[in-house]
Amino acid sequence: MSDILAGRRRPSGLAYAIVDTAVRFSPVLVLAVFWEFLGLSGIVSQQMLPGLVEIFSAFVDMLINGDLLYNTTRSVSRAAAGLGAAVVVGVVVGLMMAQFRAARLLVNPIVQIFYPMPKSALIPVVMIWLGLGDSSKILLIFLGCLLPVVVGTYNGARGVNPFLLWSASSLGASRLDVLREVVLPAAMPDILNGCRTALAFSFILMVSSEFVIATDGVGFMISSLGDGGQYPAMFAAIFFVAGIGFAADRIYAMLARRALRWREA
Amino acid sequence: MSATHHAAASRQHAHTASGISIRDVSHTYGARTGGMLALDGIDLDIGDGEFHCLLGPSGCGKSTLLYLIGGFIPVQAGVISTSAGPVVAPGPDRSIVFQNFALFPWKTVKDNVLYGLKKAGFASAERERRAQRYIDMVHLTGFEDAYPSQLSGGMQQRAAIARTLAVDPGILLMDEPFGALDAQTRRVMQEELRAIWRDSRKTVVFVTHDVQEAVFLADRISIMSARPGRIQHVINVDLPKDRGEEILENREFIGLSEHIWRLVREQAVAATRGAH
Repeated sequence: MSDILAGRRRPSGLAYAIVDTAVRFSPVLVLAVFWEFLGLSGIVSQQMLPGLVEIFSAFVDMLINGDLLYNTTRSVSRAAAGLGAAVVVGVVVGLMMAQFRAARLLVNPIVQIFYPMPKSALIPVVMIWLGLGDSSKILLIFLGCLLPVVVGTYNGARGVNPFLLWSASSLGASRLDVLREVVLPAAMPDILNGCRTALAFSFILMVSSEFVIATDGVGFMISSLGDGGQYPAMFAAIFFVAGIGFAADRIYAMLARRALRWREA
Repeated sequence: MSATHHAAASRQHAHTASGISIRDVSHTYGARTGGMLALDGIDLDIGDGEFHCLLGPSGCGKSTLLYLIGGFIPVQAGVISTSAGPVVAPGPDRSIVFQNFALFPWKTVKDNVLYGLKKAGFASAERERRAQRYIDMVHLTGFEDAYPSQLSGGMQQRAAIARTLAVDPGILLMDEPFGALDAQTRRVMQEELRAIWRDSRKTVVFVTHDVQEAVFLADRISIMSARPGRIQHVINVDLPKDRGEEILENREFIGLSEHIWRLVREQAVAATRGAH
């Protein structure tokens, strides 16, 4: 298949990207066959590993009755709120750290201590603070996503070629101009990397917090389906959230590449 | 209200050329940790509209002196002044071209050139007209929408020169601007720069360690000593204003180059000894 593609004039745009992605992810098909084999051969019980057809039909049911869409919308809106706030605050804090020694001295030790901490450990804390509503989950996602953005922005902003800053100021840029128009775009590759890590964290924290403190959302759905023994539906929800996470990452990478077009020679 | 208007109006005018006066300027790097004396008691007057080269061995502080004139690093001792007063910060009256081009890589050639024009407050149509004029002047017509990463080194440096000239600085600072270019491109750029300077009558301070380049370009050359940098000789270059390829075979050009080469060599040898 890839030979056929290589022989033709390289098709441009979306169609090519879709076919190319399908080819590259064909090993997933092998995994699916293996999954079916394990269940059908009886090595693993069908309870633990339901057949893919069963999972798919459960998926269609949930799609039709609206459960999946409703819960996904609830989850994704929490993740988006937490992530969005983390990006805005993280970029500002990272830039401040790069610009001002005082900000660096104040924030750096805090970042270093909290960076390796698993943010899911904070689930009970945010629950005590903010209760069972949306705000506790949003705060958790915000906290988890904040540090990768801060660190990415800080590293990017510190590494800016000083000659670019000098050039800008000798062309008449003020200090604020230099920050907005030179430091920020120059740091953009690192900022976008930090945000990609944060995007992954937002999904992890979204689902894990909903296991513990929620009455809706994909995480809540997965855990309650599991508790109720509805395994095909549970797997359908798991695959669905995995698919959404994957798609979000891909779309993000595509947009980031477009934003950084200037780097390609 | 009227004061604001006046300021905005005057910002739109070209920066007038200006001489540069350097009085007893010294500079120490890392003063807090013992320190390394980079410049020691520099006294120099560069005339209005003069093309002045700072020539010397690596590490003699010639770039430091240029950065002090640019206002990029603060003057520690002594005074540097132009017709606008003492230098305290960078400004578009003293714009600079660096060896590594320092174009904004996320902006196209045209947007790079437009940057300083926007800061200067030109109206949109006038900005476009000026940007195009300088892009044409450095022969980058047709590459307006290219990103720096898509251009050769010579083209990037031409774009950087266009960006700097577009703000019409009275004083043009150049920090080994052709150092990263191949010999052919370099020669062409030297001729073009000389022609641009002749037509625009700016004051140029040009840092180089290439004797031939200095003699080809300059009205006067300051030869700097090995570290700590001092001005050892100031030499007048009495060659025709119009200089092309043919001047390289001019007897005076060759004689002067050899004379200056010997003076620079003394400093380079001293630098090597000093390092032992």
